[in-house]
Amino acid sequence: MSAQHVDVDATRRARDLLGVSRLTNLALTRWTHGLPGVDQVGLEARAGALGTRSIKAASKAWAIDTAISMIDLTTLEGADTAGKVRGLATRALNPDPSDPSTPSPAAVCVYGDMVATARETLGDSAIRVAAVATAFPSGRASMPVKLLDTRDALAAGADEIDMVIDRGAFLAGRYLEVFDQVRAVKDACTRADGSRARLKVIMETGELVTHDNVRRASWLCMLAGADFIKTSTGKISPAATLPVTLVMLEAVRDWRELTGEMVGVKPAGGIRTTKDAVTFLVAVHEVAGPDWLDNHWFRFGASSLLGDLILQRQRIRIGAYSGPDYVAEDAPSIY
Amino acid sequence: MSPRVEVRKTYKLFIGGAFPRSESGRSYAVHAAAGAFLANAALGSRKDARNAVVAARAAFPRWSGATAYNRGQVLYRVAEVMEGRAEQLVAEVAAGEGLTAARAKAVVDAAIDRWVWYAGWPDKLAQVLGGVNPVAGPFFDISVPEPTGVVAVLAPQDSSLLGLVSVLAPVIVSGNTAVVVASEARPLSAITLAECLATSDVPGGVVNIVTGRTAEIAPWLASHRDINAIDLAGAAGSPGVSWAELERAAADNLKRVLRPAGQGADASEPDWLTAPGVERMTAFLETKTVWHPKGR
Repeated sequence: MSAQHVDVDATRRARDLLGVSRLTNLALTRWTHGLPGVDQVGLEARAGALGTRSIKAASKAWAIDTAISMIDLTTLEGADTAGKVRGLATRALNPDPSDPSTPSPAAVCVYGDMVATARETLGDSAIRVAAVATAFPSGRASMPVKLLDTRDALAAGADEIDMVIDRGAFLAGRYLEVFDQVRAVKDACTRADGSRARLKVIMETGELVTHDNVRRASWLCMLAGADFIKTSTGKISPAATLPVTLVMLEAVRDWRELTGEMVGVKPAGGIRTTKDAVTFLVAVHEVAGPDWLDNHWFRFGASSLLGDLILQRQRIRIGAYSGPDYVAEDAPSIY
Repeated sequence: MSPRVEVRKTYKLFIGGAFPRSESGRSYAVHAAAGAFLANAALGSRKDARNAVVAARAAFPRWSGATAYNRGQVLYRVAEVMEGRAEQLVAEVAAGEGLTAARAKAVVDAAIDRWVWYAGWPDKLAQVLGGVNPVAGPFFDISVPEPTGVVAVLAPQDSSLLGLVSVLAPVIVSGNTAVVVASEARPLSAITLAECLATSDVPGGVVNIVTGRTAEIAPWLASHRDINAIDLAGAAGSPGVSWAELERAAADNLKRVLRPAGQGADASEPDWLTAPGVERMTAFLETKTVWHPKGR
């Protein structure tokens, strides 16, 4: 298992992988369109079958704790206030006050201007601060603005950057433009002291229309140097469906075959229940492999999921069904 | 002409306004009092009860927030639909409880009349149970009854329809939502009542009915932290139900507990034909008192 992403020149490596002397849009188009097509019926059948696994009690307890540790606890609202972000960060530090042994989420995910607030509240805890950047969620801004957005979040103390790709450019077939943008933002993720923030690339799969496009976008983003490929902003429906995540998990698995490097996967949006989360973990194990069952390589972008996981955790601990009165959040849909 | 093929009814659960099978896939045979096979009913599990609680909790804001007048109209509508289904209810009560047709008819009539009686109560509870309190200070002091929340109801084991109506209607009249465990041996009329509820403007989730073993499901309801009160009527005469355990579990989140008369094995169902009074309604209410300063 390669522990950390290796520093490589993305363009040079892309030329090597594609076997071309100059990286052109045509070369990228030929390469991404040369990827095998996705068998949609088979994919959906596989996704459906993964959801029917019977998970025994001991495995379920492990899965709940693992899932909690993989959450990027997220608030991305226009109405976000410093108080709300402090509340979210406090909750990340102590997800279930009735049981201090509850693990903490991996990160708190906020808009760039809230990074400093989140960082201050989290102090020197291991919980990271992720910032959405590059004109999230639409991505409709000029490149200088996107890069400035990224550097701004970084300067405020972000450990991770969640960028969005230009879906318009991707759908219009301007793959080189998408590649260059991801590569440029990746370069901007290097701090003055040489350390690097990890880059999650949001493909907004709900806007990519087909599974073939999801596969192409996944490879394109990995080629450009993404540390994580992420499904969605959470602002578009459908967001993180299981079939789409399966396609992405296959992509990172095959990418490791090809290059020896691991890339993380982050489904985000629409994962609300413990049952959903456990099904995703089953998929990670079956498709990508157990190496990905770690919050360095797999994350859930979610806000209400944590509450449901805690309800289930309490249910196991007290031996009775718990209720939303015992969780510091709005009522989730199911226990 | 060849004889007509019998169309047999599958009795399912009633959760969130839908009629699902048990998530466990189990069912059990329901027999008439005389011993003949009647039908298969779903053998509900603790997870069905859990789903029912989720549905009941989700339905609570809308049902408790409806005007009392509207709740009264909706409940009266239930009685109208029951009247139309009276023939089926009479047949199920007669078979299940071993009554003559005439006696079963009287029981069903009483059940419908009981429902009508309760349907008149929503917009009267506040006047009867609330009021303006005389206080020693410059305040208007007002008390109003409010629903307690989600109420688990163990339906009476013997009186499968009249008993059920007599414990269910007073719970939902005031705006509570209910999770009912139907009579274990006589669940059929409960599901038929569910079909009346489903076709009479009662929002999905206000009443949820789980059929199955009371002793299996009741402990999970008693210990469930998202339930605000529990009516133990059906614990009387129910095999294998430990009252002390249920009450202890219910105490964990300070549920209101309504017990039937008597102790343990000596407990008995009341005569459901007698006038009910307001006790079953007041058992599932909270009193909110407001102090409002007034000038001279």
